[in-house]
Amino acid sequence: MLKIIKTLFQQGCRTLPFPKGNAPSFPARYRGCPIIARDPESLDIGKITFIPDSDVRYSNDYRMAAAKREHLIITKNEKVLAAALNREMLRIFGRSLKLRQVSAGGCNSCELDLNVLNTPVFALGRFGIQFVASPRHADGIVVTGPISRNMREALLKTYEAMPGPKIVIAVGSCAISGGIFLGSPEVSGGLETIIPVDLFIPGCPPHPLTILDGLLRLLGKIKS
Amino acid sequence: MELFNGGNIALTDVPLLTAQEFRAEVIRRCRLDARLINFFGSPEDRQDVRLFAILGEDEGGGLQILSTKILSEYPSYESLTKDLLQANLFEREIAEQWAIMPVGHPWLKPLRYHANYRGVPDLWPDIKQRTIPGSYPFYFVGGEEVHEVGVGPVHAGIIEPGHFRFQCHGEEILHLEIQLGYQHRGIEPLMCGKDLKRSVLLSESIAGDTSLGHSIAFCEVIESLSGCLIPSRAQAVRAVGLELERLANHVGDLGAMGMDAGFLPTSSYFGRMRGDYLNLLLSLVGNRFGKGLCRPGGVLFDIDAAMSNEFCRKLKEYKKEFDSVSDLLFSQSSVLARFEDIGSISMKDAKMLGLVGPAGRASQLETDVRINYSSGMWQFHHVPISLGVTGDVYSRALVKRQEVLRSLEFLLKILPSLPSGEIFTPVTSMAKDTLAISLVEGWRGEIAHVGITDAQGNLSRYKIKDPSFHNWPALSLAMRNQEISDFPLCNKSFNLSYCGHDL
Repeated sequence: MLKIIKTLFQQGCRTLPFPKGNAPSFPARYRGCPIIARDPESLDIGKITFIPDSDVRYSNDYRMAAAKREHLIITKNEKVLAAALNREMLRIFGRSLKLRQVSAGGCNSCELDLNVLNTPVFALGRFGIQFVASPRHADGIVVTGPISRNMREALLKTYEAMPGPKIVIAVGSCAISGGIFLGSPEVSGGLETIIPVDLFIPGCPPHPLTILDGLLRLLGKIKS
Repeated sequence: MELFNGGNIALTDVPLLTAQEFRAEVIRRCRLDARLINFFGSPEDRQDVRLFAILGEDEGGGLQILSTKILSEYPSYESLTKDLLQANLFEREIAEQWAIMPVGHPWLKPLRYHANYRGVPDLWPDIKQRTIPGSYPFYFVGGEEVHEVGVGPVHAGIIEPGHFRFQCHGEEILHLEIQLGYQHRGIEPLMCGKDLKRSVLLSESIAGDTSLGHSIAFCEVIESLSGCLIPSRAQAVRAVGLELERLANHVGDLGAMGMDAGFLPTSSYFGRMRGDYLNLLLSLVGNRFGKGLCRPGGVLFDIDAAMSNEFCRKLKEYKKEFDSVSDLLFSQSSVLARFEDIGSISMKDAKMLGLVGPAGRASQLETDVRINYSSGMWQFHHVPISLGVTGDVYSRALVKRQEVLRSLEFLLKILPSLPSGEIFTPVTSMAKDTLAISLVEGWRGEIAHVGITDAQGNLSRYKIKDPSFHNWPALSLAMRNQEISDFPLCNKSFNLSYCGHDL
């Protein structure tokens, strides 16, 4: 018991001050939202896998979540981040949002970085957001992976098992567009081809802060 | 025919035996001192298929390769599984991928539910239409008070999909059957062809938690096929990445095991500390999982003196924290009571199943690619093997704890004295009609990749084996006669990959 208390004091409180305080700084090599230099150019950040590439310059801006698929196609001047849900939805979900996660053909890195939100560093529970064990208890689903053919039915059943109104969140390039697996006969071309999506969080995988930022924007806890 | 890790061989030099000789020889060697590392089919002309078996003699570090040809007129051979259990999943995979019947296989069923790659009728006619668990006859135990529990594919936590079917008597598990395949994305065919740029990205997404392990294996196959010798500095940076990946995952596993034993303090601390190692990868590569580090020919990011000092300083700090938190975990009698004698795998069973990685070492199997088939940095800096004795959850936890300390030692040794020089050498064209193999000790165990080129020097077949492929059957075995409430804990102690298995 004494040892437990001693370690507790050694560890201390590690929760980020975000979003009230500043977001933690990212290392120089972090590849966040790409920079579009010239005007007619555009880039679909729902498709790219954020690889080191001599043709693409990346900023350290971790904020990328959008409410519409077309908002992920960024240009020099325009980047539209997700806005809050409408008033009625905020009244229902604003202070308590229960999510069910469905991994559908993902490589497990998006899943792992979703799990990280439950660590003391991000402490998702303080925002009233919680991942629950059953779709029957959930207000929304978070889908990762390119929706493999073998997971399609399980995904639809999970979606249908949730009571309405419900929200759908696509996390990672694969869930948004099929990502690197696009073109394989075993996967779909993105979640939106199967069910309507309310929030797109790009990345391969998105940094936990990118995911948290997206969720908080949806709930109106971060405003542009 | 003898090979070495990272070596290659012309297809004409691979011994070609008759199916009977092949079967007898593989079984004979595995009964002596070898282990089945890989066993797969590769397409030939006229819809024939050549089967390759790669055998490893862990003690001597030798790799042997054998092959046989299955003609399209007679797409069958006598199953090895009934005499060699290690071949079980491999034979099911071959049956599904190439529609070749292993005659006499004791429990033949599909692995991933997809159409075969030969373009002939499948062994299971309606395989593409079937939804996985619904229409499959699971092994069934009858009798009064015997009941069945089905879990998945969508689980309670944030984890990958798979279906577990328990046959229970009260709380006691009589049998567990695991049906995977939900994560199947068809990676192997996508790896082939000319576009290596995409293949390397795919290799990083075979299993995201093992991005470095799999991408190093892929790069080594391509480097072997093109005769490219990468600079030793690049090898060192890869080794740093791979060990950071091992550290992050082992630390996370220890936290998760504590959680499933009902001890939350260490699960919070380890959960956060896992992130420390991932953040080192983020500083090095710009991605928390190391995606983007390895490319055929070397690495894309260097470690300069300032970064190496910074890493050493942080790792020393992390070691202190790890010592304190792991000491807390392993000194709790309530935790030890949950860990000990749960999910035991005897050394004999581990050998029979051909276990690899920490799960194998926890059952006293001395198998570690870094030692038995050392390549790259591990030829110059040895990592002592970490063995457990009891083969239970405790043993697997202990091995992981020990390996964290060994990896930290290794990193603190190589980081201050990285070899000087370049980090990249461009790769040239690949040898024609050649097979290359690469083994990497990922954090779950032995990753084995095999690449085969055609007459134009393009990849015509790419075979991926994640260590989970060997170890999933061990989870079923470990659950026999355990209570159903022990399942989450046992599952965490193996922490196997669904997507690495499903490909």
